[in-house]
Amino acid sequence: MIVCDIFNYHMSIDLKTIKHISKLSRISVDEKKAEKLAGDLNSIFEFIEKLNELKTDNVQPLTSVAETTLKLRDDKVKSKNLRDQIIKNSPQENEDYFVVPKVIE
Amino acid sequence: MSEITKQSLSELIKNIKDKKLSSTEVTKAFVERSEKSKKLNAYVTEDFSAAIDKAKKFDQNPNLDLKLPGIPMAVKDLFCTKNVKTTAGSKILNNFIPTYESTVTQNIWNEGAILLGKLNCDEFAMGSSNETSFFGCVQNPIDKDLVPGGSSGGSSSAVAAQLTPITIGTDTGGSIRQPASFTGIVGLKPTYGSCSRYGIVAFASSLDQAGPMAQNVRDCALLHEVISSYDEKDSTSIDFKRNNYVKELTNNIKGKKIGIPKEYRVDAMPKEIEDLWKKGIDYVKDCGAEIIDISLPHTNYALPTYYIVAPAEASSNLARYDGVKYGFRADGENLIDMYEKTRSEGFGAEVQRRIMIGTYVLSSGYYDAYYLKAQKVRKLIKNDFDEAYKKVDAILTPSTPSSAFKIGEKTNDPVSMYLNDIFTVPVNLAGLPGISIPAGHDAKGYPLGLQIIGKAFDEQNLLNIAYAMEEKINFKNKITDWWIK
Amino acid sequence: MSKDKSEYLINRKDNQYEVVIGLEVHAQVTSESKLFSTSSTKFGAEPNTQVSLVDAALPGMLPVINEFCVKQAIKTGIGLKAKINKRSVFDRKNYFYADLPQGYQISQFKDPIVGEGKVILDMPDGQKEVGIERLHLEQDAGKSIHDLDPKNTFVDLNRSGVALMEIVSKPDLRSPDEVNAYVKKLRSIMRYLGTCDGNMQEGSLRADVNVSVRKKGTKEFGTRCEIKNVNSIKFMQMAIEYEANRQVDLIEDGHSIDQETRLFDTKKNETRSMRSKEDAHDYRYFPDPDLLPLEVSDDFIEKLKSEIPELPDEKKKRFIEKFKLSPYEATILVSDNETSNYFENVIKKSDVKLATNWIIGELFAALNEKNLEIIESPISAGNLSKLINLIKDGTISGKIAKTVFEHMMEGDKDPKKIVEEKGLKQESDPKALEALIDKVIDDNREKATEYKSGKVKLFGFFVGQVMKVSGGKANPQLVNKILKKKL
Repeated sequence: MIVCDIFNYHMSIDLKTIKHISKLSRISVDEKKAEKLAGDLNSIFEFIEKLNELKTDNVQPLTSVAETTLKLRDDKVKSKNLRDQIIKNSPQENEDYFVVPKVIE
Repeated sequence: MSEITKQSLSELIKNIKDKKLSSTEVTKAFVERSEKSKKLNAYVTEDFSAAIDKAKKFDQNPNLDLKLPGIPMAVKDLFCTKNVKTTAGSKILNNFIPTYESTVTQNIWNEGAILLGKLNCDEFAMGSSNETSFFGCVQNPIDKDLVPGGSSGGSSSAVAAQLTPITIGTDTGGSIRQPASFTGIVGLKPTYGSCSRYGIVAFASSLDQAGPMAQNVRDCALLHEVISSYDEKDSTSIDFKRNNYVKELTNNIKGKKIGIPKEYRVDAMPKEIEDLWKKGIDYVKDCGAEIIDISLPHTNYALPTYYIVAPAEASSNLARYDGVKYGFRADGENLIDMYEKTRSEGFGAEVQRRIMIGTYVLSSGYYDAYYLKAQKVRKLIKNDFDEAYKKVDAILTPSTPSSAFKIGEKTNDPVSMYLNDIFTVPVNLAGLPGISIPAGHDAKGYPLGLQIIGKAFDEQNLLNIAYAMEEKINFKNKITDWWIK
Repeated sequence: MSKDKSEYLINRKDNQYEVVIGLEVHAQVTSESKLFSTSSTKFGAEPNTQVSLVDAALPGMLPVINEFCVKQAIKTGIGLKAKINKRSVFDRKNYFYADLPQGYQISQFKDPIVGEGKVILDMPDGQKEVGIERLHLEQDAGKSIHDLDPKNTFVDLNRSGVALMEIVSKPDLRSPDEVNAYVKKLRSIMRYLGTCDGNMQEGSLRADVNVSVRKKGTKEFGTRCEIKNVNSIKFMQMAIEYEANRQVDLIEDGHSIDQETRLFDTKKNETRSMRSKEDAHDYRYFPDPDLLPLEVSDDFIEKLKSEIPELPDEKKKRFIEKFKLSPYEATILVSDNETSNYFENVIKKSDVKLATNWIIGELFAALNEKNLEIIESPISAGNLSKLINLIKDGTISGKIAKTVFEHMMEGDKDPKKIVEEKGLKQESDPKALEALIDKVIDDNREKATEYKSGKVKLFGFFVGQVMKVSGGKANPQLVNKILKKKL
């Protein structure tokens, strides 16, 4: 049955895709790790594809279960100068700035 | 008076209020037992001497009107605690010391409780066995080979082993209820928006909720009363009338309608679980409640939905761990190189896996097929509950499809690990309150839990049903202190 | 390149190209605190001193929206005659950068707070309507500083989280001049509303400029390039000119245009491709789960509407109708709120025509020379009004008024006092003038004879002489009259 074929359709995630999403995620992966991830992700997505059984064309997506709307706060400055506190945990310290390796544009 | 660490929270409070025990005595007793229990690996950070100092200070001028007067307690290491290291079970936050306090923990300290230390958990709460923690797995006090569940595994282990009288965990897909079930304790996941998320290391913002874990329902109710508050610092916090959950606690649930969802009879459900559920139904009937068969037709789609929604949110929530502002940083030749190495070395395998899933489902060309689809199915799942609650007051299910599994048993098979949360995940997707109470043992003597799911903001009713059932069940945890020589 | 009056076209051999421009203007919302945190937005603070725990994206920190910023965005929407969306959604735009602490920017993607609107431009050859596609609220990023250290980049998060309005125009602009007029008009509207100070030096107003070209007469748009983050109108115009010509040259040489993001190098006056191509942007927008949908009621919007001041277009119309100003004069006088207020204060008690000329002419020139804004003008509206009245009632001549004006520019003195102190009052006593004129005729006997014998052009010479001898104080009308008689 054609319908079943659609339900069982599963796009496999190849190494190129893994490399692409690792780039987007800023997580380096070597070949070995990429292969392991591809295997894991494929089995997870096989199980996720179950959702394709459902027709959802007319369903409104649910972003939050909280059935209220955004509360608005007053425009008041409350946060003081926290520079010392905020810089304290930074891996490479400088009195005034966060410091990172040179950005190559 | 029984041994201090064997006392429930309610007993401890009574003894402190009656001046039969001092906070210092109580704190020291839990510190000593925790010191002797390092083998369980429940703690990531111990703050014992500070705790004893605080207890002494409390005793000098005890305010006995507080709800948790001088009560020591350890908390899951996902709550930011001012000046106390907070790691979220991750290498990437191994050296992170917050300068601020989460709202939930602040509520606890405001009621007189004292921090004992920070409890182990799955890395960024991503796991069902506590095996993804950078600080190693935690042993279940029931049996040394067993996982304590997860992600609040340090918390469940610590309460069950009586290293802390009570604790708080967080629950994104079952992370309070499943470990509670695995260790024979009570765990409540409150309604989404009931407890502030401010200062809790985020995993999946639309699902995360903090909640109490305790030896019994009354203690759980008391702690819930303390932590649940409206918080302007959390835009998803809900301003509703909160009860005096303990004062209003009753075992009278006569006439309450309890739904039994047929879809929770999953394939390959062990007979022990099936039997437990039947027993649960009998207990509820004994209490005078009415049993009604209901249907939650989209139950089977909850896990796939969850494994899109949660990783998607996580992939974005965890982008801030980039080695720039705090936490671990790996050396890199340039900024991008630094990012990639930091995140590759700083995050464990499971976290990386979920970030990858989340990035993929949000990426261009896949958003509609996965993320949007999942949000729509999430709506269907919520609709199922809304329909059911037209007929019933609460829903009774097993907490987990099995008792605690062995350490290492599922680490190589992510999907089978994920299936562990099959009964708990729908509750998070619908934002409802759920409680797991210990209800029996399997053939090996491992505890099994039953889950009661309530209507949104109806924690009182949920606690009452749990309280009534607890009385009937009369559960006794089988713990032998095997880890103490 | 041809620049006939109405059309900006680029000519090559037999082809004429039209330039199509759309602007994404990033305007900093005027507010005390940031969009989602309570730290200050003040400009020029020490690095990292206006950074809250939320701005630095510490674990567990959550955004809470600033109501004032929401109001500012809606007011701006009203000023752009745009549709206000009662329900809007905040999304996360995910990408990594050193000055983006959360690893995502909170923005609005699918459901912005403001929908379609329009802006009217006053061009030399008439009005032009530019469509607004949308306006949405978003967070600004911090600042990366690359030149303080050879190996490292420094990051200042003071700006991180400041509210921005991104105002996206339709691709309706056709020339650098129109871009100039558009940005100025947008700036003017926002300054009237008080929603953005429009200070380009402080980065309160920047734009991404989308440029494409097409052969004149074609309907389809060409492939566009986006020039990122241009922070002055002059640079926008230069960038457009360069970019349009670059694209035309490519097409003329038979190449195609790559859709890409480019940077404008202000030193070399050219645009160049941003290199990070390997990392094709995929922002993975999704609704921010830390925030709920933003909903505003009709009452909320109506209340804001009632707070909207008269805006430049309406004011211009009123000035033309009520004060009979020319469209040119009205356009200049309404260009910003301070100027129009100044003008209206001056004309409360003095002649409109004279006031218009004096403000647009002398005052603007003098302020320009001193590099002052109108609110910093040494001459108050009240005193300019007095000066105009002195001219009007004949106390001083227009020429003397210029001298008085110069004195006034040195400090806001009452023009009457200046006239008295310096004895600049106009001489209108016929007897005194007659004496003066007699003396002038006497001193120039030969010329008087020439005049009488028909050299009437010399009349002007005599007027000049009389004025000179009187120190400019002689009443010109009377001088004319008496001279005619005496000669």
